[in-house]
Amino acid sequence: MSLFRGRRILAGAMTLVAAAAMTACGSKTTDEGGATGVTADVSGDTVKVGLLNSLSGTMAISEVTVRDSIMLAVEEINAAGGVLGKKIQPVGEDGASDWPTFAEKAEKLISEDRVAAVFGCWTSASRKAVKPVFEKNKALLFYPVQYEGLEQSPYIFYTGATTNQQIVPGLDYLKSQGAKSVYLVGSDYVFPRTANKIIKAYAAANGMTVLGEDYAPLGSTEFGTIVNKVKSSGADAVFNTLNGDSNVAFFKEYKSAGLSAAAMPVVSVSIAEEEVKGIGTQYLEGQLTAWNYYQTTPGAANSKFVAAYKAKYGADKPTSDPMEAAYVAVHLWKAMVEKAGAFDVEKVRSASDGITFDAPEGLVTVDGKTQHIAKTARIGKIGADGLITEVWNSGKPVAPDPYLKTYPWASGLS
Amino acid sequence: MTVLFGQLFTGISIGAVLLLIALGLALTFGQMNVINMAHGEFIMAGAYTTYVLQQSITGAGLSLAVALPVAFVVAGTMGVLLEVLLIRRLYARPLDTLLVTWGVSLILQQLARDIFGSPNVQTRAPELLTGNVALPGGLTIANNRLFILALALAAVAALTLALRLTPLGRRIRAVVQNRDLAAVSGIATSRVDRTTFFLGSGLAGLAGVALTLLGPIGPTMGTNLIIDAFLVVVVGGIGQLKGSVIVAFALGVLQATGEYLTTLSVAKVIVFVAIVAFLQWRPQGLFTLRTRSLA
Repeated sequence: MSLFRGRRILAGAMTLVAAAAMTACGSKTTDEGGATGVTADVSGDTVKVGLLNSLSGTMAISEVTVRDSIMLAVEEINAAGGVLGKKIQPVGEDGASDWPTFAEKAEKLISEDRVAAVFGCWTSASRKAVKPVFEKNKALLFYPVQYEGLEQSPYIFYTGATTNQQIVPGLDYLKSQGAKSVYLVGSDYVFPRTANKIIKAYAAANGMTVLGEDYAPLGSTEFGTIVNKVKSSGADAVFNTLNGDSNVAFFKEYKSAGLSAAAMPVVSVSIAEEEVKGIGTQYLEGQLTAWNYYQTTPGAANSKFVAAYKAKYGADKPTSDPMEAAYVAVHLWKAMVEKAGAFDVEKVRSASDGITFDAPEGLVTVDGKTQHIAKTARIGKIGADGLITEVWNSGKPVAPDPYLKTYPWASGLS
Repeated sequence: MTVLFGQLFTGISIGAVLLLIALGLALTFGQMNVINMAHGEFIMAGAYTTYVLQQSITGAGLSLAVALPVAFVVAGTMGVLLEVLLIRRLYARPLDTLLVTWGVSLILQQLARDIFGSPNVQTRAPELLTGNVALPGGLTIANNRLFILALALAAVAALTLALRLTPLGRRIRAVVQNRDLAAVSGIATSRVDRTTFFLGSGLAGLAGVALTLLGPIGPTMGTNLIIDAFLVVVVGGIGQLKGSVIVAFALGVLQATGEYLTTLSVAKVIVFVAIVAFLQWRPQGLFTLRTRSLA
């Protein structure tokens, strides 16, 4: 019996090996086929672009707003005559908050729909899942959300902030306000842990003390103990990388423990206008956020963006940083294509350096080397009306530095 | 020392939250043996009731005071509807009840999403409940936690008195201890079941109102709580309120202590390991109800 079973397992293993070999052959052919990349279909009088966002599942709350602002940009461009004389035809796919689905839909958009570029993804996990797909097919992704840095794919343009445009300015601001010690609170996954590694390196080099570091599982809503620890640490400020519902519980607990923005300010990097609505200004008033754009950012470009967004989607809908970055991404792609005079991915990439756009957040410039964007860093204070007003900005756009190479204190990170 | 007392109070108040969300379940699951997976959504209904009331009643304190009885009735009515329409037909089939009520829970979540939208909504807490009481030695106790503790204890006291002293309480206890004998003694057991379900679900609504002071108010808030609520009732022992009370506070203090000494994730592991070990030792839970029933 045992011999028989052993043979069956062996047979099974053989089948697996054979299957693996076949898959390997299969992928090899694809690689050869993809040596020049899957070329976008631009034969008609329209050009297709892919929209890849979660329209269902836990991330839908945030990603739907990004999809909406991409659609707004597409409409604006089409109304003005399209790109290289061709109207943009958006092809939408639902990533369903599930990372393998993102990869599968990316493959579909590239190979079947033969889109010229894809706009989307929110979580770092979804970006990491689609990255090999875009690299294999030599296709373009525009990623519109702030992230933890330490990445630079030749086939991704990052239009959100990298760490030196959001977290580092946040720390600079705290330092300028005289904060000597910080307490780190974050959700337990890759972004907060990487961000806190960077914060600790910064603190060590800038004479700041990190008095404590606590992580809560995503979705956790019991913050009694963490707030007790924060309070008894007596830190000058808190750096908050919590995501989602946990923020609500954290700030309610924070206020009822008698802590306030005046006594111990909290700098958050994941709370934008949309999230403020769900937490309650009663608990957030006076707290700080670090972003590159707020609905209140001054300038004609932003007034136009906010007015257009509210006219299309409703007067009660706020605009936020990731939405703005997604809107900017579409316009930047248009400018790149027009400079290159073609939709060809390699031509677009080599034309990208130095492209500028008068964005709602102010002038942004594409850095062709890192494929990130020079953006102005802004620290904001949450007001009683739920909007965020700027209290400090970097004065000029900060050049992107995803690997923090220009910061000596960051040499030990990677 | 201050921190120690602060942590002790945090533990007790975590216990109070657990108690409040588990109390309704102690009735419907503990007394009636119905596994109601939609219990968390009754909590959600209570929280949204507070939100809806605040749209018309502007005073935060007044709206909270009004929300407590209204949420009790709203959630209780939802419970009765569930009992009459579905659970009543499935009393002999506990596994089917589990699946059906889980389906109801998903439907209610989607309903909340369609009515109120998927992002969280906010309610205003009365100023009084966002502050804290300062004790000598720099110790502070949050008012909202005190309020929840008081509410939980009041609910336990009221429930205990109702079960001990009122005719309805006697009937409920009779049905729990021996359904057939109660029935032949002239008690309308199906009506008693319905009333018990109303009370249990209503208590979930009450918990929902209290939770608006602490956490997020959104369509999925109930699912995060339901597991904790079942744990308290199972460890406390079926059919006994005092078991749930003791276990809620014990788990709260254990969680807070574990979290203070280690991290939140490790503390959760400690709590679960403790529960598994305890149930190995006493599979029937802390207290058991001794009856002469043959079932």
